[in-house]
Amino acid sequence: MSNLLDLVVAGLATGAIYALIAVGFTLLWQASQTINFAQGEFVMLPAFLMLAVMHAGAPFWLAILAGIVLSMLLLGLGFKMLLVDPMLRHGVLPLAIATMALAVGIKEAVKKFFGAEASPFPSIVPAGDIAIFGRMVSLQSIGVLVVAILAVIGLTFLLNRTAIGRQMQATAQNPAAARIVGIPVERMILLTFLINGFLVALASLLVTPIYLAKFSSGEALGQAAFIAAIVGGFNQVRGAIAGGLLIGVADNLAAAYVSTQYRAAVPMILLIVIILFRPQGLLGRAEERTV
Amino acid sequence: MTRQAKFWRLALGVIAIAALVLVPMNLNRYGLFILSQWAVMTIAAMGLNLTLGYAGQVSLAQGAFVGIGAYAAAILTTQGMPLIAALAVAILLCFAIGWLLGYPALRVQHHYLAFVTLAFSTLAFLVFRNEDWLTKGIYGISNIPRPVILGFPTSRPLPFYYLCLGSLGLVSAVMWWLIRSPWGRAFRGLRENPLRAQSLGIDTRRYTLMAFAIGSALGGVAGALYAPLNQYIDPVPFNLSLSLDLLMMVIVGGAGFFFGPFLGAMIAVLLPEWLRFTEGYYLMFYAIAVIGLLIYSPTGILGILDRLVTERRTRAASALRAAGKAQFEATP
Repeated sequence: MSNLLDLVVAGLATGAIYALIAVGFTLLWQASQTINFAQGEFVMLPAFLMLAVMHAGAPFWLAILAGIVLSMLLLGLGFKMLLVDPMLRHGVLPLAIATMALAVGIKEAVKKFFGAEASPFPSIVPAGDIAIFGRMVSLQSIGVLVVAILAVIGLTFLLNRTAIGRQMQATAQNPAAARIVGIPVERMILLTFLINGFLVALASLLVTPIYLAKFSSGEALGQAAFIAAIVGGFNQVRGAIAGGLLIGVADNLAAAYVSTQYRAAVPMILLIVIILFRPQGLLGRAEERTV
Repeated sequence: MTRQAKFWRLALGVIAIAALVLVPMNLNRYGLFILSQWAVMTIAAMGLNLTLGYAGQVSLAQGAFVGIGAYAAAILTTQGMPLIAALAVAILLCFAIGWLLGYPALRVQHHYLAFVTLAFSTLAFLVFRNEDWLTKGIYGISNIPRPVILGFPTSRPLPFYYLCLGSLGLVSAVMWWLIRSPWGRAFRGLRENPLRAQSLGIDTRRYTLMAFAIGSALGGVAGALYAPLNQYIDPVPFNLSLSLDLLMMVIVGGAGFFFGPFLGAMIAVLLPEWLRFTEGYYLMFYAIAVIGLLIYSPTGILGILDRLVTERRTRAASALRAAGKAQFEATP
């Protein structure tokens, strides 16, 4: 039983990171029908940007700041202007393929300029354990959970309680109608891309101390995020968060109780079952009924 | 089509085939390997082109079918069975699994379908890696024999290249016939407007499953050639990125064009070789080239040609119309 609790806490921590990535993924889909197959690489890259700034002699906090800003510029603004805008009118599939090519490009660029070796990455939370209700829980897991929860609360607040957030939601639901009532649709879409840039940088900051900075680590992260987004419900932020947590916990429990060899299979089977029996995702259908 | 266009098209075909037969005679071992690889990947991409380009069903699992075919061929031929029997097993196996994978397509479409097939791809990879008793796991299967065809051994690179080329020719002929048959038209109907296709009495359910099954079976054919070509297989080449690569080949060449997969595979297999002089940068250039191409022409390389031809025809037609109008006005 005690072992189970540890597994669940660690799973929630990983799941919270998946949730951040998945939220960005669903936001892009809602705002501009972009299925970003490079989302995993988007998470891998900011850690290297931060490492590069640190190599230049900057302190860690400055590197974090610079990494986030660079990520928003490159992976938010740059991605939108150079790739999404010219391709969007051609439909979903060519754009999705272009993001696959982008994933290859980012991976190779990192491998070439930063090397193929995994590099260690400093953690924002000190290592060690902390006693909670008489149980030892790793500080890192707690720290990741706290930061991720704060980010999600902040994002939910932005989306639901502020004028900008409501305009963003209106843009996602019906761009034409949003334009008619005077919402600056273009600016809202740009904002969505910037938020995605911020979220992937944050996820990068949280996940890299655990898995090290490596050019190939984006693949698994991207896949986990796709699955989280689909399992929870492709069309809403809440679903992506629930899906991320679920996948994180399921993955961890599967490793312990099913088999380490087939741990990757459990989220996949979950995905297939959900798509076949509940294509809107776990939370999607429920909302449809209440509205 | 005018007689002249027909002649040029025929001439181009003859030159291309002659080049594919004659040029490799002077190539070294590595060049032949790459060209054989191209032929094999073209077969796999043609299968995906049927599923995606003609029938409009997104699949991210073609690489898994190449893997299934390769493992079927490797396991059976190392047990002493002839390749032709192993090929039949690979085709049947991939056809059956592809048929089953088609069922999700009856329920969900587009990106959902992409994710189901993506999950299948990953599951297949896990089976290749973990089922040691069958696939020898990460150690892989080595010493895969190359077949003897009609008394000719194909163990040397050149004969094996001709085997790959011959298979490609055979598959192309079948494909050419298939997409011109009522089935091919039914597939296109599925892509363009499933509802209308159904209202015209086309059993969309059966054709959707068929599109998956035939496309997957071609993946199996490619796999059954891949195994003896490399003479060694392990799970790594059949991971998700092969499926993504094959999808890129189809889209870059031109989805729904007969010769799209030929060009797409050429770019995916040969271009990295030509860019090898750039050392570590070649995959980056490749990625940038693909993105640039897709921005310029989302329908792929053949899409550019198609556009040019259409433009020329429109111009010719309006010129004719203008001439006709002038003549009409000139007559009293």
